[in-house]
Formats: sequence, structure tokens, C-alpha cells
Amino acid sequence: MAVEAARAALSDAAPPLDAVCFASTTAPFLDRQNAGVVAAALDLPTATHTYDMSGSQRAATSALISLMHQGQGRRTLLAAADARPTRTGSVLEMLSGDAAAAIVVGSGAIIAEIVYVASVHADLVDHYRTTTSGTDYVLEERWYRDEGVVKLTPIVAQRVLDDAGIASHDIRHFISALPNPALNAAAAKAVGVREDALADSLFFKCGHAGAAQPILLLADVMERAKPGEWILLTGLGQGCDALLLRATEAIAERRHAGVRDVIDGGRLETNYVRFLSDKGALEIDWGMRAERDSRTAQTVAFNKSRDIYGFVGGICQFCATPQFPKSRRCVNPDCAALDSQRDYRFADRSATVKSYTEDWMAFTRRPPLIYGNVSFEGGGNVFMEMCEFTSGEVGVGTPVSMKFRIKDIDEARGFHRYFWKAGPANAPGRNVGAHG
Amino acid sequence: MAEGIRDKVAIIGMGCTRFGERWDARPEDLVTEAFEEALADAGIDKDQIDAGWFGVFYDEQNVGKSAYPLSQYLRLQNIPVTRVENLCATGTEALRGAAYAVAAGACDIALAMGCEKLKDTGFAGLPERTKGTFEDLYQPGFTPPGAFAQLGATYAYKHRIDMRDLKRAMAHVSWKSHENAVSNEKAHLRRRLTVDAIMNAPMVAFPLGVFDCCGVSDGAACAIVARPEIARELVGPDFVTIKSMQLSPSNGVEMGHASWDGAHTLTTRKAAERAYAEAGISDPRSELGLTEVHDCFSITELVLMEDLGLSDEGRAPSDILDGKFDHGGEIPCQVDGGLKCFGHPIGASGLRMAYEIYLQLLGRAGKRQLKDPRLGLAHNLGGIPNRNVAAISILGLNT
Repeated sequence: MAVEAARAALSDAAPPLDAVCFASTTAPFLDRQNAGVVAAALDLPTATHTYDMSGSQRAATSALISLMHQGQGRRTLLAAADARPTRTGSVLEMLSGDAAAAIVVGSGAIIAEIVYVASVHADLVDHYRTTTSGTDYVLEERWYRDEGVVKLTPIVAQRVLDDAGIASHDIRHFISALPNPALNAAAAKAVGVREDALADSLFFKCGHAGAAQPILLLADVMERAKPGEWILLTGLGQGCDALLLRATEAIAERRHAGVRDVIDGGRLETNYVRFLSDKGALEIDWGMRAERDSRTAQTVAFNKSRDIYGFVGGICQFCATPQFPKSRRCVNPDCAALDSQRDYRFADRSATVKSYTEDWMAFTRRPPLIYGNVSFEGGGNVFMEMCEFTSGEVGVGTPVSMKFRIKDIDEARGFHRYFWKAGPANAPGRNVGAHG
Repeated sequence: MAEGIRDKVAIIGMGCTRFGERWDARPEDLVTEAFEEALADAGIDKDQIDAGWFGVFYDEQNVGKSAYPLSQYLRLQNIPVTRVENLCATGTEALRGAAYAVAAGACDIALAMGCEKLKDTGFAGLPERTKGTFEDLYQPGFTPPGAFAQLGATYAYKHRIDMRDLKRAMAHVSWKSHENAVSNEKAHLRRRLTVDAIMNAPMVAFPLGVFDCCGVSDGAACAIVARPEIARELVGPDFVTIKSMQLSPSNGVEMGHASWDGAHTLTTRKAAERAYAEAGISDPRSELGLTEVHDCFSITELVLMEDLGLSDEGRAPSDILDGKFDHGGEIPCQVDGGLKCFGHPIGASGLRMAYEIYLQLLGRAGKRQLKDPRLGLAHNLGGIPNRNVAAISILGLNT
């Protein structure tokens, strides 16, 4: 999800980037840098500084504050994502949504300037999750509202308003990233912003996206904000962060399909069992045939990192044939030149289905597994898995776009691998896919 | 092109076990069963054999690695024995090794044995296997039916055939093999099926239903080959010789180059062209008396009829429905039931095909005997349409 959001953000603000920050409380690995996977999928130079932020629902807003303190000289991609594990049938399961959002911070064509920031800490534990508990333990929200939201938010909000010399009713967009609309309304009232200033929390569209929520809502607001408007972004989690932003003239230039289109372009799943299966919350009997070892040869995964994560193949300098994977000899039977290939990235190229099947025997949490040969515009053929299609939707010639996805899960070792899959084609000029 | 091995190698004896769920048999039993039949057929002593080639695909599943199981089962006198593996062409590779050794003059008499004991896995279907440390990172988690099902989608698209019509032709392929296997006592699946039952079977990988897929079986098959002069001494003036053996593995074009349309098996066409040339066949449609092709799935057999030049491009479905490849047709295909019904113990399959052609050429096929075939073609396709090994052997009478 983070990679997809990052690709959308970078379609507005192209590299170079100095750094990539991945903010999440549900990063897939505790000790294996997750930002590095994002950077590899974006095929960024190895000199890019990559780091993870975690620990609370404030992970992303705190990352932004740190970037603000660090100054404007560097360009950083901040990708925030959360896919919270929830207990089957819990309230949190009902309220939560998995999502990612990304922004680019730093110099260049700035669409909004972070003017002032403030922060307060308070070890108010309304919910927690330990490394071993798996899911959250959640307390009564009224206590959290009265002692947390209503008391902490105005402290930091007032500080940035005072610094800027403006009043709360000057705020045009107040972003509160709390778990439900009632809490957001309580925060808005406590800060004293105008009634129409409270930004839509997207709650009824995608639920609460954890640490990704502040950035998701900021991205949504950015699509409507007008030059000169004040935006107050808050994030709670054992304290509160506030960031005061002001939209620049450049924001008028930027109008692209974004957050709501992604959500609306998603597929509504009404089958709860299938939802549980997708989440990995359903223990599935894969059968004896699945008792194979899917250990990853890390030596190979590292050597071929650009191939697999970056989806970088080769193009022959003699016959101009694009090919994946890059090989010592050109695949064109009339060429077969030795060591003739330059790097050639397939991830952003459009493609069509050349052949396919719907396989009811292959291992997938959402049968059938659909896969086949995919022909890339400009050349190149890759035999690969497809995603986000259901039975009957794929045919020869179906247009597809590449999506970075989990490829295999090694349950015996708790490891999983990523690769690209062919999903429904993005609308022209839009490099994002639905994910919810 | 090199001169080739046409008529330089004679087959003096062959054996084949009953294929199927041989719960009570070990590989040793299967190999011995096939070998004793071949030995009696050739009328030689086992110690007259100079060298052996042993085909096993899933070494970790059944027989084990290396060639010594063959040497041990048959108590060979420490003669050279080599294990070969080339996907579903493994059995044919064993025969090729033995034939080349005889043709080269390195051996007077050689043995080719293929064996697979698949039913000890404890489950239906073929075991999953790694595709290699790099390929595992990106190749789809395909199954064999899913990989071959791709041919159906592309064939229908290329020739603008409605999938329902293509399915009917595919169903005829399976129906015909079931009919043929009824009288074959060594076949795994000997039940008659109706075309409707085949067409309406549960879907495995679209457009392939359960009855579009071949059986997974235990079995062994073997051949004893010799120089023609020796064959003449041992079995008399009339015997079967190898007219050609050609092998064509993919080089990555199907997997990664736009020139492959996905609706044919590229390697089969290459191997067929060379095999016909080596055998001196200019018109396979009139010269071949029968074929045993790699019908792992019904769509494979359909596509292969064109790849082998037995149907015009786009005409295989109508030729099939017209009965051209039925037992009483112009060029019968899978008269023994094929992989579909005789069964598919991978390492043995290529030799099982050769066995049927051998019996037919010598007029020893019993109830399913065809009228005077002079030449027969066996074809294997190991792997998947995207990446495979095609093997073709053409056998004929020496006279």
C-alpha cells in the first residue's frame, strides 16, 4: 500500500529524493527496514536515506515535525501505512480500515508550507498493542475524549495559532485523525474552529487508517485547498502533534484524481468470510500438497533486488528488445547478443493480457488465482500473477497496470516476499490503484 | 544437419507395467516388472546389456537420486548406468541416451528404463516443486493445469473460436482417450465417459475441467536397444528401428519475447521439423500410421495436432470433431489411452508411448491393433507452454 501511495505522490513530485521515511505501527518487519523495501520498489538510488517511524498513532505527524525541524533543504518521501490486526468480530475491526498515504516534503514546487509545529506528550493509554499481543487492547473512548482529545488538542493548536498570530476561526481546514467522527467533532469544538472547517474523516468510506490517517486526510484536503488557506493538522497518540500549514499559489496548479477516486474505485466486499480470508484472519487448510518449503534464498533476493523489487529488466542496445528478467544474452532469437542490455523498468509501463487462466487449484486466499502472460507496451512479455480481478473479468487483451504486492508467504519462517502483479489498468495519467 | 541415427538402432525388446495406483508396489517391483517383460521379449540374458539409462523425474519423491537404484534392482554387473531427467520428456531422454550409445558404437546392447512412483505422496495431483532460487521470486504460483490452460485462452482468441466450441473439441479429445483405454488392461483409467460429462466437469483451471486433465500414476516402462546386425541375429529379419529422435528445449523466447503468440508449442514445431527430416518423412499426414502425443491436458493434444503438422492452422478442433484422430480415423492418436487414461508416471511416459508404437508396428497390440502401421510418432512436452522440453521419437519397421 505504501508503495502504491508513494508512486501516486511521485507522479506529482518526481525524484530525486534525499530520503524515504516509512511510518506505521504495523510494519511487516520489526527488524528489517521497511522503508528500504519501499525505496527498492521505487527503484531509488542506494544513496537515498531510508528509515522507519513507529510507536504510536502519531508516527507520521511526528515524522513531519522532525522533517520541519530539519529544514527545507532535503526532499523526503513520507509514506504512512497501517493494516491493523484486529480480533474477529471486534469493534476495532469494524472501525478500522487499511490504507496508505504519501507526501513529499522539502524543496521544489511547494503546494503547502508547514509554518509552525507544536507537540505535547502524555502517556494516556487508551489502547495498546505489544510485540506479543497481536491485536489492540482498547479502553472506553469517553475517558479518552474527555481527558485526552479535549484537553491535549487545544494546547498544541493554540501554540501554533499564537505563533502564526491567527485565530482558530481563520483555519479553513482542521484535520483531526481520531478513530471516529464523534471524537473528531469533539476536537474541533475544543479548538474552536468554524463548524465547516472540520475535514471529512472519510470514516464512512474507509474507516480509520491508524497511523496513516493524518496523512490520508491531509492528501484529501490538499485536493480541495485553495491558495492562502490555513490547514491545521493534528495527530494524537500518547500526546498530540499539531502542524499549521498554508496552501501556496502552486496548489492551484495541482488537480489530479486522488484519494476519493482510489476509494471509490475499490471493490465493495460484502462477504465477511472472504474479508477474513483476505486479512489472513482465517486459518485455512491448504492441504498436503502445500507442504512444500518456500524458504527464500536471501543471497539471490539481494543480488536480484532491482529485478524483483524495482521490476527492472533489460533492453538490448542492439535490437532494442525489452526483456524481463535481464539476462546475459538477449532473448530475441534473431539477436542473442551478449551483455548488451541496459536497465529497463517495467513497473510504470502499461500492458495487456496475452494469456490467462482462473486457477481453482493454486494456493491463494482468494480463489481463483488468476495469472498468465502479460505483454508490455513497447515490448516485453512476463508470465505473472494478476490481482484485483475476480472470475470472469480477465480476457485476452485486458489492459493492466503493475502493482507491488506480496508474492509469497513463508509461514514456517514468518517471512514474505514481494513482487509485482498485473492489476486493472489505471485511468490515464493516474498512477494509483484502489486499495482498501 | 548431421546424418542422424535413422535405422542405426533397433528395438529388440520392450516392457511396460500396468499404470495406476500401485499402492502395493515399490519402484523395485515396477522396474522389475517392466524389465522382465522386455528381457523375455528380446530373448537375451540381462548380463548381455552393456549400459543403461534410467529416467526418474521426482527423485525426492520416490526412487531416489542417481542411477544406482536401477543397477541394484536388476543386479546389473556394475555396467555404466546413468540417471537422466528432463521433465516429462525424461523417459524419452533415457531412450535417447541408450540409442545414441548404440548408434555411436559404444554399446552393442543398451537399456532404457523409466520409472515414477507418484502415489506415495499421500495426495492427489503432482507435488509442488521449486522453480529455482531466482524464478521462485517472481514466477506465478502456477499449477500444471493452470499453465496449460493458457493455451486455451490464446488459441480461442487467435482463431476466433467461441470457448464453448473449443471446449467441445477438447472434450472429444478426452472422450476418445477414454474409449481407447477401455480395452487396454494396462491403462490406469478405463471408464467410458460421455462428452457431456466431460464438458460439465468441475473446473480446475479455466477452461480445463477435471476430465481435461490426465491421470497421475505409478508405473515403469523400458526398451532394450541394439545394433541392427545384432537385432537380426536375436529377433530375426523383422524388427523395429528408430527413425529419428529429436529434442528441443525452450530458450526463453516463449517466456520473454513477443514473437510467441502463446497459442502453439514452439519447441514441438522445431523438434518436428528436425525429426521428420531425420526420418526422411516428407508428408507426415500420409506416412504416419499413429501418434502418441503429450496429452497432459486435452488442449495440449489439440494444439499439438497443428504443431506436428497433422492439422492445418486453426483446423485442429474440426479435425478432432471429425474423428481424424480417433481409433478408426486417418491418423489415430493415443490408441492406448494416452497420458489421459493410460496414465502419466512421468519418468516412464516417453517409453510407454514408444511401447505402444512398438506393439502396433509389430502387430501385437491385440484388440486395439491398427491396420498395418509402418511409422509411429511419440511426442513429449516436459514443462509448461511457457518453458518446456519437446521430445519426438519416430519408430518404424526396418523393412
